[in-house]
Amino acid sequence: MSKKLRVNPIDCAGHGVCAELLPELITLDEWGYPLLPAGPVPHRLERQARRAVTDCPALALALADAS
Amino acid sequence: MTAITGTTALWYASRATGVVSLLLLSLVVMLGILVNRQGRLPGLPSFAVTGLHRSLSLLSVLFIAVHVATAIIDPFVSIGLAAVVIPFVSAYQPFWLGLGAVALDLIAALILTSLARAHISRRLWRGIHWLAYAAWPVALVHGIGSSPDLRSGGLLLVAIGSALAVAAAGLWRVAAKAREVPRAERAAYVLAGIQRQAHRVRVGHGGAR
Amino acid sequence: MTHHATLPMPGPAQWGAEEPPPVNRRPDGGHGGLLPRLMPAHPGPVDLTEHVERFGAPPYRGAPRRLIGDVEAAGLTGRGGAAFPTYRKLAAMAAGRGPAPVVIGNGAEGEPASSKDKALLWFSPHLVLDGLQVAAEAVGSATVGLYIHRNPRLQERLEVAIAQRAAAGLDAAPVELTEAPHRFLAGEESALASRVSGGPALPRFKPPRASQRGVAGRRTLVQNVETLAHLALIARYGPGWFRSAGTPDEPGSMLATLHQADGRTGVVETTLGTPVADLLRLPAQAVLVGGYHGAWLPGAQAELLPLANAALRPLGAAVGAGVLAALPADRCGLAETARVVRYLALESAGQCGPCFNGLPRMAGALAELAGPWPRPQAQADLERWSGLVAGRGACHHPDGTVRLVRSALQVFAAEIDQHAHGHCTGTSGRPFLPLPAEPPLDDTDWR
Repeated sequence: MSKKLRVNPIDCAGHGVCAELLPELITLDEWGYPLLPAGPVPHRLERQARRAVTDCPALALALADAS
Repeated sequence: MTAITGTTALWYASRATGVVSLLLLSLVVMLGILVNRQGRLPGLPSFAVTGLHRSLSLLSVLFIAVHVATAIIDPFVSIGLAAVVIPFVSAYQPFWLGLGAVALDLIAALILTSLARAHISRRLWRGIHWLAYAAWPVALVHGIGSSPDLRSGGLLLVAIGSALAVAAAGLWRVAAKAREVPRAERAAYVLAGIQRQAHRVRVGHGGAR
Repeated sequence: MTHHATLPMPGPAQWGAEEPPPVNRRPDGGHGGLLPRLMPAHPGPVDLTEHVERFGAPPYRGAPRRLIGDVEAAGLTGRGGAAFPTYRKLAAMAAGRGPAPVVIGNGAEGEPASSKDKALLWFSPHLVLDGLQVAAEAVGSATVGLYIHRNPRLQERLEVAIAQRAAAGLDAAPVELTEAPHRFLAGEESALASRVSGGPALPRFKPPRASQRGVAGRRTLVQNVETLAHLALIARYGPGWFRSAGTPDEPGSMLATLHQADGRTGVVETTLGTPVADLLRLPAQAVLVGGYHGAWLPGAQAELLPLANAALRPLGAAVGAGVLAALPADRCGLAETARVVRYLALESAGQCGPCFNGLPRMAGALAELAGPWPRPQAQADLERWSGLVAGRGACHHPDGTVRLVRSALQVFAAEIDQHAHGHCTGTSGRPFLPLPAEPPLDDTDWR
């Protein structure tokens, strides 16, 4: 089951850790908030994506089933 | 001068790892505050701050484990396993060691919830994490009260230094939070900034082209 | 043409202390006798005695779910702006497991340009209250509430109406009135759930939606008050009757708030599919359709359109909250839009970075475009920021604002060109679209 990255924009404070840990998928907009890919996370990057989710200081990032 | 026997070695080990634990915990709290305020360490990315905060907290667990283990094993004083987690039941120095048990319980809660943070609710994790501000002073008082080490000489300076550093970081956090633009005023604040800028541009152009 | 109430009319958001908005009634009932349905046939609010005389007691069906088939056949869609099929919301709520759901009538329209919900609650509160009861019965709920913006006169009137119904034993479930702050987002579904739960009227992250976890953590059915009023009539007269007005795809009547170019404004009850030219005095320079999260359409185009989503959606607009505003010839559409977008920016809840950063910047860029000699970069910035904020908030505030902005850039493209050369076709700087006086100040303004 493929996964998608989702962010809770209320909890997100723009720390930017996610973009540092997963630059292949996440970039920051001009205000420091994450721009997430629309599609599912490639399998080879799933481990890094999980790390980004765990390391988000605001616990704002999540990996959800891509349905 | 007494010869350094096996038990003395254990006792010294407990005291030494105790001091190191306190130092590490002080660094962990200060780094935690830095993470919260989105501060950076010079030349390092944000994930280094979060990573260091986590690594040092796990390292402190290690030192606390040795600190506690050596204290239990040492036969010179009777500190049972129960006294490690249940406060104030130790035969030896029940109060000061009890504080150590309290600190240990709090730190255990912090560590366990943080290891599982991707799997528990954000509210639960944050709620428990606030206990860090209780755990650190309890650990400090435990250290000062349990043995005379921190009350004189170089280690006294270490204790005072750590206390001042953590207190300063705490005060900085409170001040920064107070200076923060309240949520309800954020958009107005951004808009005001833009209007100030636009005014400068208009004034700079000085009218007709 | 329709009659209009006397001038001048204060902005709908400010009428709390004054008279309710004027309701336009066609002298002959119009529309071949199909109207009015929701609004009283004579001037003045309907009290309980008159309501029961005309409509009878609340049309309970005796058990949950029984009403839903009729609602499906009637084709009623939500009148709060989203136009979602009502029977689906009811069916989903009735089918859910767990503790009984909560039903809240949403009368906090939030939209400064819309007065229809206030008018409905003022003139025909008992239709709304009937609708609340039958909706609650249909989904098996015994916890019912009404949500309105703070307004002492309206609140008092509603409290009296509710008390009278309780005394007469008409209401199966007691109705609790909750006040909302005067915020644009107060009527947003998750903000409503938060406020009725005792917190601030701030939107929440979805999932879970209010239908899953709403008031006090319970499944909550949120229905616009106009939708409830229609429900109360469908329950009495059936789906065939409901469909006798409107179009086959968009049946029924609806309330619309009209802003004529001469400044007169009021609420009308009309049918879906009615030509916009029958409602607004056209031609106009441009027409704002839906509300402040709606879209501008060129006047010449609007003249040919019916008030129906089938015709509006392909053009990027929608019936929405039923607001129709005809921009006078002497006003600048960019300036009007800039004022509205500034208001929308200040109405940001301030929770999501892209919104509270992007909307003020968009407001600034639009203000620049609304003035003479804007920087060439201003429009590019505006377009970039529009792309950056859409879809990145916890609610649809950024999305709705972007819709309005993009439609303005399209419809007023010629005006933008004029401004780039230092000209403006507008000759009057007098504000046209209604906006409340003060922006929010602090956190208490959200409770």
